Order: sequence, then C-alpha cells, then structure tokens
Amino acid sequence: MADLVMSVRRRFTPGLMVGILSGIALVLAVLFMTVEARGNWGFVLPFRGVKLLSLVIVAYAVALSTVLFQTITNNRILTPSIMGFDALYVLIQTTVVFSFGGLAAATVDPYLKFAVELGAMMIFSVLLFRLMFSGAQRSLHLLVLVGIVIGTLFRSTSGFMLRIIDPNEFAMIQDQMFASFNSVHSQLAFLALGIVCLVSLVAWRIGHVFDVLTLGRDNAINLGVPYKRTVMLILLLVTILVAVSTALVGPVTFFGLLVANLAYILVGTARHRYVIPAAALLAVICLVGGQMVLERVFNFNSALSIIIEFVGGLMFIVLLLKGAAR
Amino acid sequence: MIIADKVSKAYGETFVVDAVSITIPTKGITSIIGPNGAGKSTFLSMVSRLLGMDAGTVSVDGLDVTRTPSDALARKLSILRQDNHMSTRLTVRDLVSFGRYPYSKGRLTVEDREHIERALDYLHLHELVDRFLDELSGGQRQRAFVAMVLCQDTDYVLLDEPLNNLDMKHAMRMMKLLKGAAQDFGKTVVLVLHDINFASWYSDYIVAMREGKVIRQGPPSEIIEPAALKAIYDMDINVHEIGGHRVSLFYD
Repeated sequence: MADLVMSVRRRFTPGLMVGILSGIALVLAVLFMTVEARGNWGFVLPFRGVKLLSLVIVAYAVALSTVLFQTITNNRILTPSIMGFDALYVLIQTTVVFSFGGLAAATVDPYLKFAVELGAMMIFSVLLFRLMFSGAQRSLHLLVLVGIVIGTLFRSTSGFMLRIIDPNEFAMIQDQMFASFNSVHSQLAFLALGIVCLVSLVAWRIGHVFDVLTLGRDNAINLGVPYKRTVMLILLLVTILVAVSTALVGPVTFFGLLVANLAYILVGTARHRYVIPAAALLAVICLVGGQMVLERVFNFNSALSIIIEFVGGLMFIVLLLKGAAR
Repeated sequence: MIIADKVSKAYGETFVVDAVSITIPTKGITSIIGPNGAGKSTFLSMVSRLLGMDAGTVSVDGLDVTRTPSDALARKLSILRQDNHMSTRLTVRDLVSFGRYPYSKGRLTVEDREHIERALDYLHLHELVDRFLDELSGGQRQRAFVAMVLCQDTDYVLLDEPLNNLDMKHAMRMMKLLKGAAQDFGKTVVLVLHDINFASWYSDYIVAMREGKVIRQGPPSEIIEPAALKAIYDMDINVHEIGGHRVSLFYD
C-alpha cells in the first residue's frame, strides 16, 4: 500500500493531482445536474443547482476549516468538532425547542436562526481563546482539552433537556441532531456563499503564513509570524466555516478528518496551496458523488452521512494506530 | 548589541531566571554554559521573544524584543531551539527555504535562492536536499535546521545546544562554520553549550549561569580555570593549556 502510494506520488505532481481532482469534481457536478433529469429544465436546474451549491459550500467549508485547524494545532487527528462546536449546535437547537416549543422553532426565520447560531459559536470560540491566552500558559493543547470538557458539558445539558421534553418535540430535535445531506437548508445557500467567499478572501490574504505555522510555534515566531494574532484570526475563520456547514447540514464529525488526511496523502506535500484545494475537491467529490449515487442509483435517501462518518471513523482509527497522533 | 536588563522568569515561587543583566558583545561567538537547570535555555528563549518575561527588558540593537513587530525582528535575530518536532513532512530544501520567509513571505526571489544554495553548501546538505526530514538521522536533521536559520541571514543568531546529536566531525565543523560566520560576516552568535571544551576553544566570550543567575562572564581565559569552574559546576576540573587554548579534563 505504502509503495503504491509512493509510486503514484512520484508520477503525479501536486499540481497535476489537483488538476485531476478538479476534473473529477467537475464531471460529477455536471452529472449531478443532468442525470435522470426529466421534464421541465426550468424547474430541474434551479432546484438541483441550489442543492449542488449547498453541497459544494459545505464540502469547501468542512475541508478548509479542518485543514486550517490542523495547521494551527499542529496535529493531524484533530478536527474543529473536537472543540465542542457540534455539541454547541445541538445545544442551541435543544434550548430553542425547550424554551419556545417545537412550533416556534420550526417557524422561526431561518436567517435569524442562522445569525444567532453563528453569533453563539463565535462568542464561544473567542471565550475559549481568551481563556487560553489570559493565563501564563499558552498551550493549544489546553484549549483543545477545554474544548472537549465544554463539549461534554454541552452534550450533557442538551441530554438533560431532551429527557424532560415533550416526546413529539424530541422527535423534531432528533431530526436536526444528525447530519443530513438530503434536507439541506437551501434557503441559506446564498447567504452561506457570501460568508464563505468573505472568509476565503481573508484566508487568501494571510495565506503565506499557513505553511510557516506547520513548523510549530517557536519556528513560526522565529520567522516573524505574529503568532497570537494570527492563530486567533485563523481560529475565527474556522469558527465561521464550521458554523456555516453545521447550519446547512448539521454536525459532521469525521468528514473533515477524512478529506484532509486523504489530501495530505494524495498531494504528498504539506504546502497549503495544494493541500487546501485538494481537500476541498475531495470533499466535493465525496459529497456530490455520494449523494448522487444514493439518490439515483440506490434510490434510498438517508445514509450518506452514515457512510461518510463510518469511513472517516475508520480513517481516524487507522491514523491513531499509525501513530500520526504524536 | 544584545542588552538584557534584570530579566526574570518564575514558575510559581521558583525563579528559573533571576534578574539577569548582561550585555552580549557583537561580532563573535558568545557561549552560555552552566549545569542543568541553570536557566540557560529559558534565558535564550526570552531574549528571542519565544517566551514572555516576568520582569526586565531585552533589547537587540536598541529594539525592545517584546514591542518590536515580530517580522522586523525576524530579519535581525534568529533562534533555533533544541527539539523541533513537526507534524508535516518536509524535504530539507523546503525547510531551508523557510529561512527566507521573513524577506519573501513565501515567494522566493533569485536572491533568496542563492541564499538557500549557500546555506545548503555550508552545511554539506546537497546530497540530502530532496530527502524528507523524518528520513534523516538526528544529526542530519539538526544540520538542516541550522541551515534554515543561517539562510535567514540575521545579524544575531541564537542557537540552543546546536551540537546535540552531532558526531565529533560535524560538531567541529558546525563550530568552525559559526566561527567563520562570525569572523567573515560579522555575525553575533550566541550558543548554549554543554561541552566546555568546545566553549573554550571557539568562543570569544563566555557567560556562566547557575541557579538562574549569571555568576561569571568574560573571555575563555577567565572562565576556563579551576576556581571559576568549581564555582560553576561544583566539581574539580583540571585545566591544561594546549596550543594556546585551554582544555579541561573532568574525568575521574
């Protein structure tokens, strides 16, 4: 396996690899728009287009956030969800239903809901960051540990509310607690697109520091990176991206891990100018391709997230066993 | 000139570095020696802004290290710590190229490439340029990191135990190279060293620390002598003069 990877890597330069992945992603996107499209194109194209757009946004947001998060933590088995972001998402959902009832939660303006979710998540990450840099310690591992503990707190709190809630309303929340790529919240797609573009613009402007950050904190400071400020900014970008993808499809835990690590393996270099596009394209291929196969070939409509999480989880275990966790 | 003024660092009640005030002379090699736990590495980390200080100030050519923008300082002073673990796979050339980041921000110019080649040359890394760091021995990796720091082309080069993992040949070469850089290009090199014979042979100035304080400083002739070494290391060390250099024998 390792030999195979090495020989493939020698033949495909990182640039060529990204090119190939773009080709596959493009073909899949076209197929997604056209396969079995009967009837009125005027209906089919916008309908599928918005769905495709949402999937692409989610794929990009998950890939970029995971790669950047792994860069600032200098660790390849961490994902943003380990910081309790998905747990916070579930907690917000639960709290809304718990306090205002299921009807209110279902009828509230989606933009408002999205704004509140985004706001809560950003406040959460800024607080975490303050915590990390206020004391004498300045360890990202501390931050991650705090994230895990707080994640558990969020999960227990929503678990408690779920136990005393009306069973009908419980069913409503349950629906939102798991990632679903079928019922993408398409109304938000254009708002999400705008946000993701803004985030990308900022990431593009500071793009040159990403590679330097992989050398570790000390070397990054030696090379003149204003470390604290830069990491804070990147963490905020990650937060926004996670909020966008969670709002669109719900929490996905291992998906980012899967595509980021596949990207590292396929391009064979740590340079972000290749890794980020490769990870994003792999994510698009997984989501769009997987969704299409499930919808058109198997004609059953629920399991993409399960498959992705299953494969991602396996990858996680393999990475742990390989000792990539160091 | 690097001027440290009453620099302190405490963990809880214990002062690891206790009100250290020294002036490190420019152009030449200054070695910091002392027993384990003397605060040598901590002091070096504070001078190079990797670690915040609890009290005191450090200035490099008049620039306060805690206030000067990090990238301006990166063109003035470079630092290499002891252990440099990283999660990503890099080739030697990639790593050395990072040394030009303070100037080029990732877009290498022709001049940058010349610096990279020269640094690779200096450290005899040409056969290893395309190897990944995790495929190298400890000593080879150490040389690659030193090449990166030299590539940064700063007036001040701070190295924390650069001879770690190096065999005799490469340790000697490394010291000669640093000496050459100091003499030919007027660089100021500050080293933390454990081998006092290397310190004696190659340094222009020696700073001896113990328990967070500077207890002796001066040219090798003043430090490498039995009474001073007894005060620093708390052991009896014989000093002999060979070829104009002082050599210590501490084997019992």
